Amino acid sequence: MNYFLRRLLFMLPLTLVIVTLAFFLVRVAPGGPFDRERKPASPAVERALAEKYHLDESLISQYLRFLGLKWERTPGGSLRRAPGGLVAGDLGLSLKYRNHTVTDIILQGLPVSLTLGFLAFGFALAMGLPLGFYTAVRRGHWGDWIGSLFALLVICIPGFVIGPLLILGFALKAGWFPVGLWGAPLQAVLPMVALGLYFGGRVTRLTREGMTQALQSEYIRTARAKGASELQVLLKHALPTAVMPVVSYSGPMLADLLTGSFVVENIFQIPGIGVFMVNSSLSRDYTMVVGLVMLYAVLLLVLNLLVDLAYSLLDPRVRYE
Amino acid sequence: MALLILGLFVFTSCQPQRRADLIILNGPEIETLDPQVLTGQADGRVSGALFEGLSRFDAVTGRGVPGWAERWDVSPNGRSYTFHLRTNATFSTGEPITADDFVWSWRHAADPLTAADYSGFFFYVKGGRELVTGASTNFASLGIRARDRHTVEVDLTNPTPFFIDLCAMRIMAVVPRWTIEKYGDQWVRADPLPCSGAFQLMSWRPNDRIRVRKNPRYWDAATVQLERVDFLSGDSPTTSLNLLLTGEVDVLIERNLIPLELNDVLLKRPDFHTFSYLGTYFIRFNVTRKPFDDVRVRKAISLVLDKRRIVERITRLGERPASALTPPGTGGYNPPPGLGDNASSATNATDYAAARAVNIVEAKRLLAQAGYPDGTGFPSFTYMFNAGGGGGSRTHEQIGVEFQSMLREHLVLQMELRPVEWKTYLSEMSLLNYDIIRGSWIGDYQDPTTFLDCFLGDSGNNRTGWRNPTYDGLLDQAAATPDPKKRFELLRQAETLLTLDEVPIIPVYNYTGLYAFDPQRVGGIHTNLTDEHPIWAMYRKR
Repeated sequence: MNYFLRRLLFMLPLTLVIVTLAFFLVRVAPGGPFDRERKPASPAVERALAEKYHLDESLISQYLRFLGLKWERTPGGSLRRAPGGLVAGDLGLSLKYRNHTVTDIILQGLPVSLTLGFLAFGFALAMGLPLGFYTAVRRGHWGDWIGSLFALLVICIPGFVIGPLLILGFALKAGWFPVGLWGAPLQAVLPMVALGLYFGGRVTRLTREGMTQALQSEYIRTARAKGASELQVLLKHALPTAVMPVVSYSGPMLADLLTGSFVVENIFQIPGIGVFMVNSSLSRDYTMVVGLVMLYAVLLLVLNLLVDLAYSLLDPRVRYE
Repeated sequence: MALLILGLFVFTSCQPQRRADLIILNGPEIETLDPQVLTGQADGRVSGALFEGLSRFDAVTGRGVPGWAERWDVSPNGRSYTFHLRTNATFSTGEPITADDFVWSWRHAADPLTAADYSGFFFYVKGGRELVTGASTNFASLGIRARDRHTVEVDLTNPTPFFIDLCAMRIMAVVPRWTIEKYGDQWVRADPLPCSGAFQLMSWRPNDRIRVRKNPRYWDAATVQLERVDFLSGDSPTTSLNLLLTGEVDVLIERNLIPLELNDVLLKRPDFHTFSYLGTYFIRFNVTRKPFDDVRVRKAISLVLDKRRIVERITRLGERPASALTPPGTGGYNPPPGLGDNASSATNATDYAAARAVNIVEAKRLLAQAGYPDGTGFPSFTYMFNAGGGGGSRTHEQIGVEFQSMLREHLVLQMELRPVEWKTYLSEMSLLNYDIIRGSWIGDYQDPTTFLDCFLGDSGNNRTGWRNPTYDGLLDQAAATPDPKKRFELLRQAETLLTLDEVPIIPVYNYTGLYAFDPQRVGGIHTNLTDEHPIWAMYRKR
């Protein structure tokens, strides 16, 4: 338990480092959030805009303000901490979507992305585990070839091809599902498949590898020698070790799935945060980029920790001190 | 786990129960609803449904017609307007709209601290330039007064024939003073939001949809037929098309929402509508860099650009090759002939080929005269354009490739293409950190000055380094000229200087707008130059 506590504590400085890097890197890119095709009416307007969002201050001062550690003089002359900032749990206003705070946008979009991500995660496991298991057991037979080929295909074909193909086949031609938008259960099916297929393919490959390796190991031979039934050997002895690679892959996979996918959300016009992940950096929405990077970092770190925890539960040989 | 997913699903799917009367796919998520600071067209469409000023846009012509002011008088010198407000005017929340509200709204919009990009419109109002540029902070000096509760008087710097059009602009709308004083910059998030337009805000889910419903207190509520309207955000052209074809949305309001690859097929359908649009695609030279400081070089390059080929092979929406910056017919103005105009105006293939040949010979001559016969000794240079990001089309890149091959073929010039992403493109253009760069301009109102003002020496939109006192002088002179005919003549002289004599830019083509809706089901959407489609005029047929 001690080990996990230490890991948890270590996450804090690590997140801070990541967020700091994001903060400065996004400001290095040319152009700013308020650069447009049309210049503001006058330099005074431009200045006022920069002042409103504190973009006229030095980078260090902006950084302190972002952390919430900036002290400034009030009009009355007394010193006070600038309101907001990370210490107050405030990520600030989005510089592009100026009527929303970053937190506001994340809170609206994240549940959508989470739902879609969990659905796709479930789909990937539901597809990958049985298929991987089957292809490993039928290794060298037709079933293996067809299953493995399918897994390889869905890994290789990118989402921006699979998505439109699914829409064409199942929405426009067959009319079974809506072409996009979010809200009704039927609307979630195609995006779930489009997002989950790739990961399903990866899980298939990992399960097959794990299973094949497990089936060749000594303890399986021992189990067979002791007279365990084939089903028992496969399910009770081989499978738990075989899924280890899948478990360790699950952390990054979940983090990827849960933070939304730009491609899938764009194709199906789903109001998640995946679209913001890409667009915020293109539009130099500094506050949004930093907020999203932080979200992604925390998710990734937490999920990896959970994976390690799952390891120790699944494999008796693994112990954390 | 299953419960969690179910719970999340229920949580995220709390959609409006009833389908709106009209669903408009509005383009990218809007940046703000604040009519005073918004800049995007998508923002303007929603905000325009919620806020209105002294005038509003006519659905057919896109020109200013009576809004909250039911009529106005203009002084003989064209410099003073007296607006008579409707006496029963109120916001959607019931508070009265008076002349004082207009005075306050305009002062607030012109205040540099409001940071309204479009506050340049107040340059036309007396004292506006001083306020907007920060030279004065005396708000009483802005030429707008309340004579009484229902009368607004406005003084202009110059006779401005398009002033009523300006009054219909979003930034000139009347806004609720008490809400702004209470909530500051975030006033549009007030609930309920006091609206002065035909609709009022119901809900706003970022990146999803904005729902508005009819404002029963709107002065023209009797005409408004739609009870509820949804504005969906989305910027994938293929998805937009799918949503339209399956009836999930009723109107695709923007050209960028329609996949250009399918132009040939889509344009034949009855639900796709094209129209001349008040915008011009052009190419900027950086005249501060050698050899583009030489007008002969600029002219030579300009002459070999085959504009007709670009509109026929690449854009394919029926765009008009442009010889001048201002599109023909802008507020009754006809632009002067430009460089290489003989080719643009040719009516048959033979004439066209002949005109092109003449232009190319002339281009070669000019280039040789400038000291680069057949391109010898010409330094290498780049053509910059924005590419990639957010589902955009590849038009700029395709035009760049054509341009490159035309220069190589006719002038033996080696031009490198340099695609950059949007913000880099803007920043490099502003810093004059380019050789040649693509550009475009969409006019705000139906008058040539909305285009020509860009190339004033001190205009932030110039971005070529070109500065010509005669040009600036002609525009100043035109602004002070009350006679419309004389005024247009002066503007034509200025434009001749820009696109025939000095050529800091090459006009390429005038835009064609495109939008889609089924005319059997939806009515009240008309084509006009400024692409103004007021929601109050739209209705469902079935």
